[in-house]
Amino acid sequence: MRLNVTHKTTYRFDQPIRRVVQSLRLWPSEFEGQIATEWNVDIPGSVRGSAFRNGAGDWIETSTVTGPIDEVMVTVTGTVETTDLSGVLRGHRERVPPEAYLRTTRFTRPDTALAKLAEGATKGADSPLKAAHDLANAIRDAIAYTPGETDSHTTASEALAKGAGVCQDHTHALIAAAQTLEIPARYVVGYLHAEGSIAEASHAWAELWVEGLGWVGFDPANGVSPDENYIRIGSGLDSVDAALIRGVSQGAGSEELDVDVQVSAADQ
Amino acid sequence: MGNAYFNEMYDGSEVRVPYEGLSGWADGMPAEFRSLKQTEAEALFRRIGITFAVYGEGGDPDRLIPFDMFPRVFAADEWRKLERGIKQRARALNAFLLDVYGRGEIVKAGQIPSRLVYRNEAFEHAAVGFKPPRGVYSHIVGIDLVRTGPDEFYVLEDNCRTPSGVSYMLENREIMMRMFPQLFQENRIAPVEGYPQLLKRTLASVAPDKCEGEPTIAILTPGHFNSAYYEHSFLADMMGVELVEGQDLFASGDFIYMRTTEGPKRVDVIYRRIDDAFIDPLCFRPDSMLGIPGLMNAYRSGAITIASAPGAGVADDKAIYTFVPDMIRFYLGEEPILNNVPTWQCGKKDDLKYVLDNLPELVVKEVHGSGGYGMLVGPKSTKAQIETFRAKIEEDPGNYIAQPTLSLSTCPTFVEEGVAPRHVDLRPYCLVGERIELVPGGLTRVALTEGSLVVNSSQGGGVKDTWVMAE
Repeated sequence: MRLNVTHKTTYRFDQPIRRVVQSLRLWPSEFEGQIATEWNVDIPGSVRGSAFRNGAGDWIETSTVTGPIDEVMVTVTGTVETTDLSGVLRGHRERVPPEAYLRTTRFTRPDTALAKLAEGATKGADSPLKAAHDLANAIRDAIAYTPGETDSHTTASEALAKGAGVCQDHTHALIAAAQTLEIPARYVVGYLHAEGSIAEASHAWAELWVEGLGWVGFDPANGVSPDENYIRIGSGLDSVDAALIRGVSQGAGSEELDVDVQVSAADQ
Repeated sequence: MGNAYFNEMYDGSEVRVPYEGLSGWADGMPAEFRSLKQTEAEALFRRIGITFAVYGEGGDPDRLIPFDMFPRVFAADEWRKLERGIKQRARALNAFLLDVYGRGEIVKAGQIPSRLVYRNEAFEHAAVGFKPPRGVYSHIVGIDLVRTGPDEFYVLEDNCRTPSGVSYMLENREIMMRMFPQLFQENRIAPVEGYPQLLKRTLASVAPDKCEGEPTIAILTPGHFNSAYYEHSFLADMMGVELVEGQDLFASGDFIYMRTTEGPKRVDVIYRRIDDAFIDPLCFRPDSMLGIPGLMNAYRSGAITIASAPGAGVADDKAIYTFVPDMIRFYLGEEPILNNVPTWQCGKKDDLKYVLDNLPELVVKEVHGSGGYGMLVGPKSTKAQIETFRAKIEEDPGNYIAQPTLSLSTCPTFVEEGVAPRHVDLRPYCLVGERIELVPGGLTRVALTEGSLVVNSSQGGGVKDTWVMAE
């Protein structure tokens, strides 16, 4: 499928600020499931640099904007050809050993409820792949998709206790549950082409390490593995570590964020 | 009991060769003269401002570490062996870091359990796949050693991140030379004052590829409230480089710049005295105010060198320590020159049983602890203390390691009643860049309390000038 993406992030400051420094993770991953035929990241007034590919295979770049300035706009536009690989991240070059993902952060620290859920969900699984699927389904059933119930600081255990959340919460909970079974798991960010189904600004799902297959994506919010409707950008230990844009602004005053994402299928 | 310890100065009633120049020196010193000198030393330390804040003890955070005037001495041939052993260890530790952030051969070969490496909190994802200049991760390796016999040395731990205390090595010598110039005329003592320039040369030798011309070096400090701030400013002064805090630096384009009165200046090498977690809020802790946003990106794109490299801490973890002799054989194909202390991992069932059965004889430490806190010295503890500690170990065995109580050597030390033997350790500072360098000396710490084996300054230890006799 050919997907067109327009992703605009606007930061507005109520008082002009001196500087904004951002670390960008905004370029599509390179693997057999997708290829970007066109891709642009535009930030008017910025100085760009410090570009490199990190150990997890993501392209990272620094952007700085020097003020006084009261608005920073990041515009991503591009086209990606996608193929359905049933979630398998085939042909992706990376260096971080899977075992290094067996660690938790404040977002993905499991509690007994998550451990219990993981144990119960995977009892009948006869293969690692089946266990991963069962786990993802159990998370979908335990946390109802409910925008507004959680925020960006909500942890996996809090979301499970509430029984409500959004894709970030589903993903953190799946990672936390997988950790209790010693399954390496990580947070993945990207875009989703979704007609009629759950569509948030940008999307998040999890990848679990399945012996024999490698990293396999699971999107508990939608109860599927990523297919040709998904564009993968990058990964990390949690939502902060994997964020598309991490920034620090220097100056007084507060910041308002506006995100607009459009993903559409191009006419064939 | 006292005879069980190796006395570095006396072999029975005979004075050992390296201490010959000090024979009779202290005995002939009148009490008034001695106390005058002690007061003078304290005044000098106060004037230069060298103090060490002690964590968790309350009281005066600016109190001095007690300085003992009696030097600790090594013969040239003793030092030669130590030097070879220290350099060997520094080489192996760096080879290990280059490997585990690269191909991980030592793990694949089954020499070190992968979980101890990859699931270690000090293992940094962000450091994977990037090779720092010259493949060096730990540019200043502080190796804590104790001596138990004429030819027996043990490594207690390695410090691959930011070992502190080198300013004491330099100041102790400076003050001894000022107070007792005669001693330095009568004895041929190898100089240590070249350390700051050697450190500067080492850091310059690991400048990144993108550096043009003479590298600009800066020391990054968390600020004046840090207990080692004196050392940060002292080293910057001695090296002739800038001392900066996070807010003095900023990222722009490919590079990191320092604000100066003449405008922004590009920085090529940062000697940071801030933990990984705080050096860049865009990569590590987002709430850190001490770091530089964008530093890690600049580092990983080859625009700036960070010393020590982010992630270097995985090599000096106490669980990894056990495997350093294996590293030496694996990477260097050599036999270890310095001994490791036999170590029991309480996380292992058999080891745990042994440890719990033998607590009164053992030293037990927290795996991630430092500074002499959270440890049990079995032979020096009461039954109640041992039982309290036993409960702590049983609650979280994986958090503890145990070692036999070593018979630390003693060195004559000024005490209330005159001169008496007190236990000492040694921390030399090995520099790793284009070459591996070691100044002849280090920081000798002394347990001032009679019979005590804990030399940490945070637990009432003192320091001494450390002499290596010239060839």
